[in-house]
Amino acid sequence: MKLMRIKAIVKKEAIQILRDPLSLAMAFLMPVMLLFIFGYAITMDVDNLSTVVYDRDKSSMSREFIAEFRESRYFTIVGYAEKQADIDRYIDSGLARVAISIPEDFSKNMKTGRNAEIQVAVDGSDSNTATIALGYISAISELYSQRINKAPVTTFNSPHSGREGEVPRTLFVEGATGYPLAGVPLIVTPRMRVWYNPELKSRNFIVPGLIAVIMAIIAALLTSLTIAREWERGTMEQLISTPVKPPELIIGKLFTYFIIGLIDVLMSTLIGIYLFDVPLKGSPLLLMMLSSLFLFGGLSLGILISVVAKSQLIASQVSIIVSYLPALLLSGFMFSISNMPGPLQIVSYIIPARYFVTMLKAIYLKDSALNLLVFETVLLSIFGFLVFMIANRKFKKRIE
Amino acid sequence: MDNPAIKTLNLTKSFGDNVAVDNLNLEIQRGELFGLVGPDGAGKTTIMRLLAAIMLPASGEAWVAGHSILHEGEKIKEKIGYMSQRFGLYEDLTVMENILFYADLYEVPKKERPRRIERLLGFSNLTPFKERLAGKLSGGMKQKLGLACALIHTPEVLFLDEPTNGVDPVSRRDFWRILYDLLKEKVTIFVSTAYLDEAERCTRIGLIHKGRLIMADNPANVKKSMPLAMVEVWSPEARKAAEAIKNMNGVKDVSVYGNRFHITLTEMGLMNAIIAQLKDTGVEITDYRSVLPSLEDVFIEMVKR
Repeated sequence: MKLMRIKAIVKKEAIQILRDPLSLAMAFLMPVMLLFIFGYAITMDVDNLSTVVYDRDKSSMSREFIAEFRESRYFTIVGYAEKQADIDRYIDSGLARVAISIPEDFSKNMKTGRNAEIQVAVDGSDSNTATIALGYISAISELYSQRINKAPVTTFNSPHSGREGEVPRTLFVEGATGYPLAGVPLIVTPRMRVWYNPELKSRNFIVPGLIAVIMAIIAALLTSLTIAREWERGTMEQLISTPVKPPELIIGKLFTYFIIGLIDVLMSTLIGIYLFDVPLKGSPLLLMMLSSLFLFGGLSLGILISVVAKSQLIASQVSIIVSYLPALLLSGFMFSISNMPGPLQIVSYIIPARYFVTMLKAIYLKDSALNLLVFETVLLSIFGFLVFMIANRKFKKRIE
Repeated sequence: MDNPAIKTLNLTKSFGDNVAVDNLNLEIQRGELFGLVGPDGAGKTTIMRLLAAIMLPASGEAWVAGHSILHEGEKIKEKIGYMSQRFGLYEDLTVMENILFYADLYEVPKKERPRRIERLLGFSNLTPFKERLAGKLSGGMKQKLGLACALIHTPEVLFLDEPTNGVDPVSRRDFWRILYDLLKEKVTIFVSTAYLDEAERCTRIGLIHKGRLIMADNPANVKKSMPLAMVEVWSPEARKAAEAIKNMNGVKDVSVYGNRFHITLTEMGLMNAIIAQLKDTGVEITDYRSVLPSLEDVFIEMVKR
């Protein structure tokens, strides 16, 4: 292997990328775009749900109850209904996704200790959000009924422990399906403590995983085009007529895209920190080191695809199928691996992004050190090395 | 330096059922300017690729600069220059960047580079275009740049696959002048062409049809054995011109391709009469040159002899 030749390839690739707006955009704009799209779009947090309220009671108690919703960040009250038909209009038009209807006897029931029921309608077309919304509503209702009782939680059920002359009341929330969602008085209040992501912000684990997905696609897609492009443009025929050796060509191309990949990792990390407020708890150096390892494997995979496909169209499609989709769906980035069906869990073991996602989350959220990530590091190294060797062997300086 | 520059032994290559090179036996001495002549699809490019060690034969063997194409392909690549039929350089790199890239790949010592590059740019008249992107060069200049890159390491054998295809007449002449200069430096040149006027400039030519070598001899001898002649005529009114001459005596066939047409004649001598006829009809002719007839019967007739 000759350094002069590797340097020549690196220089040539760099010039070509810098002069081609499309390559530049793919190298530096695409990762930012992906980060923005996913960073803003994929959020498992449900907040600011547009809500319409129909208060038929119009009492101080019902207003107090409504205020509980208004003040929580989960609901935004977009309007007040005057009649039942208004609710339908709000939900049908999509102006509101949640409707809370308070009956005329709400305060009366509360005061006399009967079950006060409210009716909730949720737009179920997004079932995920609907479920979460119903959960919030019952939680707020429970808190409210507790507060009104002013009774110690543990003695909630005792008829004598309440304020004089009052009996415990329970607020029932009736979901759109018609059955009560909550209403059993809380005997024990769970006090949960969440480790590693105390604010439970989904963005805090989405962004690290996202970096893995972006790296997977960038690495495989960019390199998968380079060799295929040379075959398509006819420059490969000239290149293979020279004494350049396959590892020189492959290392030269890898190196150029490796630098781009590292810049992308850096950019994504910075955007994560400064734009999405995702704190990086662990060592930035370890993050870069392990990203390099993952990049090496991903880039080698792209080269291998390119060597085999020899056409840019096929190469780009194959690289999306083998790198992007598994990284998105099977890496544990979006869907927890432990919730997947057995066969898919097994498949996920051969997906390098899986290990990188684990690494990134560990570094980002837990400040894990390298010694806790040995398994992942070893597997990623084996993957990178194997793919690189296969790519070298598959690259033939001959036309079929 | 005793062994021939190129020697092939029953060299055969096929793509599916199509035999592109059929038992080729050829020997080319050092310092020859050998022309591989044949119509499109005759197998010229395949022979070039086999000899440049960028394609493996189905059977047979060949040696280039003393090395086997089967076992020592990489050694051959150090000693040859190859110019593919399709422009193989990087259009988004400048003339100079392309040359330096190939200088690096061939490991041309840094000390020798300025002198060599200056010389290559000089004889190809590319010096004023050093900083121009290769993609912005004219067809003729592209070919000269390709030649410069293929010569940067002073190869022993030079393979040129239809280097003047699509090149204007002036650049074509330039190009051949360069080849003659190279010949003086004892470089062996193996060039393929579909043009007979270029074939005539070679020291020896091999006629090839459907992958088979029909004859290999000096141009004069090959020409004598041609039963038919074909002329390519350039005219802005090609269709009108073709109409005017297609019924003349001795004209076997006329086919029009845009602003040029091919005439197949029983003998080349009829060309004067044809030009006179075109003048009478008032059709303007920009250029004409004799090309290799692509009609199968021409070759069949030659195989019979």
